[in-house]
Amino acid sequence: MKLVVAVIKPSRLEEVRQALNSLDVHGMTVTEVKGYGRQKGHSEIYRGTEYAVHFLPKLKIEIAVDDAQSDAIVTAIRESAQTGRIGDGKIFVLDLLAVTRIRTGETGAAAL
Amino acid sequence: MTGFKTSKILGTAALASLALAIPAFAQEAAPAAEAAAEVVATVDKGDTTWMLLSTILVIAMTIPGLALFYGGLVRAKNMLSVLMQVFAAFCMIALLWVIYGYTLAFNGPTEGGISLFIGDFSKLFLSGVTPSTTAATFSAGVEIPELTFVIFQLTFAAITPALIVGAIAERMKFGAVMLFLALWFTFSYLPIAHMVWFSGGYLFGLGAYDFAGGTVVHINAGVAGLVAAVMLGKRTGFMKEPIPPHNLTFTFIGAALLWVGWFGFNAGSNLEANGLAAQATLNTITAPAAAALAWALAEKFVRGHASLLGAASGAVAGLVAITPAAGFAGSMGAIVLGAVAGLVCLWAVITLKPMLKYDDALDVFGVHGVGGIVGALGTAIVAAPSLGGFALGDPAAYNIGSQFVTQLIAVVIAIAWSAVVTAVAMLIVKAVFGGLRVTESAESDGLDLSSHGERAYN
Repeated sequence: MKLVVAVIKPSRLEEVRQALNSLDVHGMTVTEVKGYGRQKGHSEIYRGTEYAVHFLPKLKIEIAVDDAQSDAIVTAIRESAQTGRIGDGKIFVLDLLAVTRIRTGETGAAAL
Repeated sequence: MTGFKTSKILGTAALASLALAIPAFAQEAAPAAEAAAEVVATVDKGDTTWMLLSTILVIAMTIPGLALFYGGLVRAKNMLSVLMQVFAAFCMIALLWVIYGYTLAFNGPTEGGISLFIGDFSKLFLSGVTPSTTAATFSAGVEIPELTFVIFQLTFAAITPALIVGAIAERMKFGAVMLFLALWFTFSYLPIAHMVWFSGGYLFGLGAYDFAGGTVVHINAGVAGLVAAVMLGKRTGFMKEPIPPHNLTFTFIGAALLWVGWFGFNAGSNLEANGLAAQATLNTITAPAAAALAWALAEKFVRGHASLLGAASGAVAGLVAITPAAGFAGSMGAIVLGAVAGLVCLWAVITLKPMLKYDDALDVFGVHGVGGIVGALGTAIVAAPSLGGFALGDPAAYNIGSQFVTQLIAVVIAIAWSAVVTAVAMLIVKAVFGGLRVTESAESDGLDLSSHGERAYN
């Protein structure tokens, strides 16, 4: 099993969710995060002080998937989250050791 | 230093001296007035209502106006500490005022000596002040209940120390704040109020103009804020990490409440409901309007954006500047004074402060101190009858230059007095509390948690 972790622009969440839905992925966890890569921040001015804000708001999506589905999901995320401009984000794929459904106690692929 | 410039001003100032509240005197003045002329002193329900309403408006300026204005500008972890300091200051000063503040500010002999600087204890615990005693106004024979004057002035006495909270925000021990404000109120606010507004006061005797407290409130508090901020030291991380406001929406609400309440502050200082109160109200609309736009426009040119914080700060700067001139400026003079204050205070906040590197956290000196100085000096100009103003005395005899010098003297004395009292008070408080600041970890956790055991947002 794999854990797919994607950091995307907040405005792309709905597109990504719909794209994953069409691949029969019906669950995900979303966290609000801050980050930067090649996209520079912006500056804010309050009276006499100017601040350079380096960290930009992003969303982190985490999905637990079957090995077989992992590539298709990465592609789907990439296509739906992309805007073409700097700051679109990155997708990471990690090895997932175990999954348990809390309500029923199922483990492994049945719990995905 | 000579007092009055012409006998005409002397005469009118003497009349105004009846007005600027020796309430016990007003009782004696009633028979004198009857004997002297046709005028019989009366208390009018309209004037009384106006004074009560003005009092309530000024209270709203402090709670919640000033509290929210400042609260939104600090970090979320310090929101409650700012609200608490302003709120507690208001409550504490309200009590000190009725116990000894009123008597020391507005009572006592008028014949030189120490009474030039402070009053006496004749009305300690408001002794002799009843629902039937009266205070004079600026009009012969027109009086208001003394209690309305006591509570109206209470609101001024309470908001002035609360202003200083902005300069020392986010790093001072709560108990130290309270003791400092009590000492400062006693040794700076009371004497300066007495000197400027009491007929026997030194600056009143010089003929200095301060309609609603540009010197007594704003310069006084602004300078205290600067000195206190310098002695307290910078916030940890100042100029190294970003310390942006956590909620400018609150700051806007606070600024709007300040503006609305300021009608009580300025027009209520007329002590009666008449045309001059209306003029003061008009000036309290146009000056901040001009100042807000001037600040915002200048900011657009200098910084690239016209910000809401800039517009709100500009409005407050305009309100501060028109305060001493509210009943002296003509309608157009107020606009000019407001615009000038907006630009000068913008300069003070974005150029002067970074240049001198002091951490006056919420720009108390930049807006109230500098704005108050602009207003006090500008009053000499806008009061000129030739410019549509309402200077006291014979219009033909008014001299802008000599009034300007008088204003300057008052400004310099207020600055020096407030600075010295602030420095001494801070040293005393530092000794009593074994230090003025909270620990570094308490400052880092935020005062809400470390000083007050609570969180603003859960």
